[in-house]
Amino acid sequence: MSPLDSSDHLPRGGALRQSARPRTLGFALSLVILAIYCGFVLLVAYGKPLLGTEIVPGLSWGILLGALVIVVAWLLTLVYVTVSNKNSANR
Amino acid sequence: MTTLFSPLAATFLAAAPVISAEAQKAGIGKIGPTAITFFLLFIVLSLGITYWAARRTRTTSDFFVAGGGITAWQNGFALAGDFMSAASFLGIAGLVAKSGFDGLMYSTGFLVGWPLVLFLIAESLRAIGKYTFADVVAYRLRQKPVRIAAAFGTVAVVLFYLIAQMVGAGKLIQLLFGQSLSGYFPGHTYEAAIIIVGIIMMIYVLFGGMIATTWVQIIKAGLLLGGASLMAVLVLAKFGFNPLALFTEAAHQYNHPAVAAAGAVAAKPAVNVLGPGPLVSNPLDALSLGLSLMIGTAGLPHILMRFYTVPNPAQARKSAFYATGLIGFFYLLTFILGFGAMALVGQKQIVAVDKAYNMAAPMLAGVLGGEPMLGFIAAVAFATILAVVAGLTLSGASALSHDLWVNVVRGGEAPESEQLRVARYATVFFGVVAVALGLLFEDTNVAYMVGLAFAIAASANFPALLLSIFWRRFTTSGAVASMWVGALSAIGLIVISPAVWVDVLKHKEAIFPLRSPGLVTIPLSFVVAILVSLATPEAESRRQHDEALAELPTADLPLADQV
Repeated sequence: MSPLDSSDHLPRGGALRQSARPRTLGFALSLVILAIYCGFVLLVAYGKPLLGTEIVPGLSWGILLGALVIVVAWLLTLVYVTVSNKNSANR
Repeated sequence: MTTLFSPLAATFLAAAPVISAEAQKAGIGKIGPTAITFFLLFIVLSLGITYWAARRTRTTSDFFVAGGGITAWQNGFALAGDFMSAASFLGIAGLVAKSGFDGLMYSTGFLVGWPLVLFLIAESLRAIGKYTFADVVAYRLRQKPVRIAAAFGTVAVVLFYLIAQMVGAGKLIQLLFGQSLSGYFPGHTYEAAIIIVGIIMMIYVLFGGMIATTWVQIIKAGLLLGGASLMAVLVLAKFGFNPLALFTEAAHQYNHPAVAAAGAVAAKPAVNVLGPGPLVSNPLDALSLGLSLMIGTAGLPHILMRFYTVPNPAQARKSAFYATGLIGFFYLLTFILGFGAMALVGQKQIVAVDKAYNMAAPMLAGVLGGEPMLGFIAAVAFATILAVVAGLTLSGASALSHDLWVNVVRGGEAPESEQLRVARYATVFFGVVAVALGLLFEDTNVAYMVGLAFAIAASANFPALLLSIFWRRFTTSGAVASMWVGALSAIGLIVISPAVWVDVLKHKEAIFPLRSPGLVTIPLSFVVAILVSLATPEAESRRQHDEALAELPTADLPLADQV
């Protein structure tokens, strides 16, 4: 159905098995991003004074951590893409 | 479009006094012929580009089959274009302008769903070889009941998404043409604006069937990112390109300690715009909102199929990485735009134009670059709203015609021409319902509305999607029960929540205290799915799941050793 390039093409491969290794990594990284974001949300819910504290004038923990959540989420996708694309190329 | 707009424009330009009353009250300078001219110019221009782009690719069914030809970068832009709606741009900028950090909950929440989609869903989706949400859930289950339930969830998500776009577009038209409209419809400019928007949307969808193509989304993403970046640069230029100076200025203007009640003076709680504030005053509200935003992305019906437009899995992964980067950058810009509007436009001015702060971004554009800039940003927002509405309406209409009409009314089969006719009626139905709901939700922030669509997607769609991919013992009854319970409970709790029960229906107190239902309805949907599946074993479903897993000799894949 969807054309696969040679490095990812496994003849007569079971559909789900084909993605089995990215899956392990996917689960692990999902847990990481869940933990990071849930930690952030829990801080918003129960750590209001801390998040409102300014580290330097203008930069509160809330704004810093909020921006970091976005950046780290993006970096995690970079890790995932790099590792799983390398694996599928080596296979 | 040109022919549609020019007579309208002539009327408005002739009837429009130089300054609209609302804008004058707000003190954001003139909204006169210049802003309107720029608005119409850029609308026509972007619709022209869209039309040109749409001709480059053919239909959506075309790109399913082709499966290639699109690079990872292009697909990344298209994914971002599908996801970033102008409504969330208007809404988040407004929420940040209103209460600072609280609005950033939306910026982060909308973004963190992306890694989850990539890590858990997209990969398996490609592997199973199914394109749409309903296809994936139904691939090893009985088609008919699953498709009916999935269509209902899709329609519910689409409707809430549509309301947000309608309100955003209506407010834009009211901001620009309020004065001229009030000549014809005194006291009802918003109603008039919403109906005009509804008509334009239906024309756009019915006569421009080729809307949801990759190139249109790429251009949409480019326009939104370009407009938002330009504004952010102009804001930062006023603060020596130091965001911290901007945040400091906003805090300086609006932070104050708690004020105790004294005589006639009412008590005021302390305000700190750089930390969590009133929107998340209830901790459970913060949790519920965060959960819905994160999980909702993975349950959005129109995002998943994009992973097929690139030639191979490696490219698909890369495109998700690019999309996450673009969307993350866009949401980081909302930090600047929101605080910029707070500091440079002022809360009093913003709230005078729209109680829900939806017009903070265009008003900021007016302050930064005068009428031309205001017209430009309003046009970018309006054009992207049209593109999103078209995509949403089409996916809602196809769910109604292909899944509901064919399966419920016609018992499984109906000729193509009849489906097309039903899809047309469905489009009109969506237009009318969206206008009606847009009127009801006039004073609602549009990012909050989008958040509700995410909550429904997270409750109705995500549990069934995840379990269908990963859980061997998942059954048809489990999926159907989970989707119905998820959708209905989410909608029900939204209706009795403060946002609808109090703000729209004007009751004194809400029955359900949280403004977002996800904290209750997502776990509920999972529990129902699991319990019902365990109670109704389905051999065929297990067999097909095992088949998908078992065919390959394990020796081919040294699992997990390098991870």
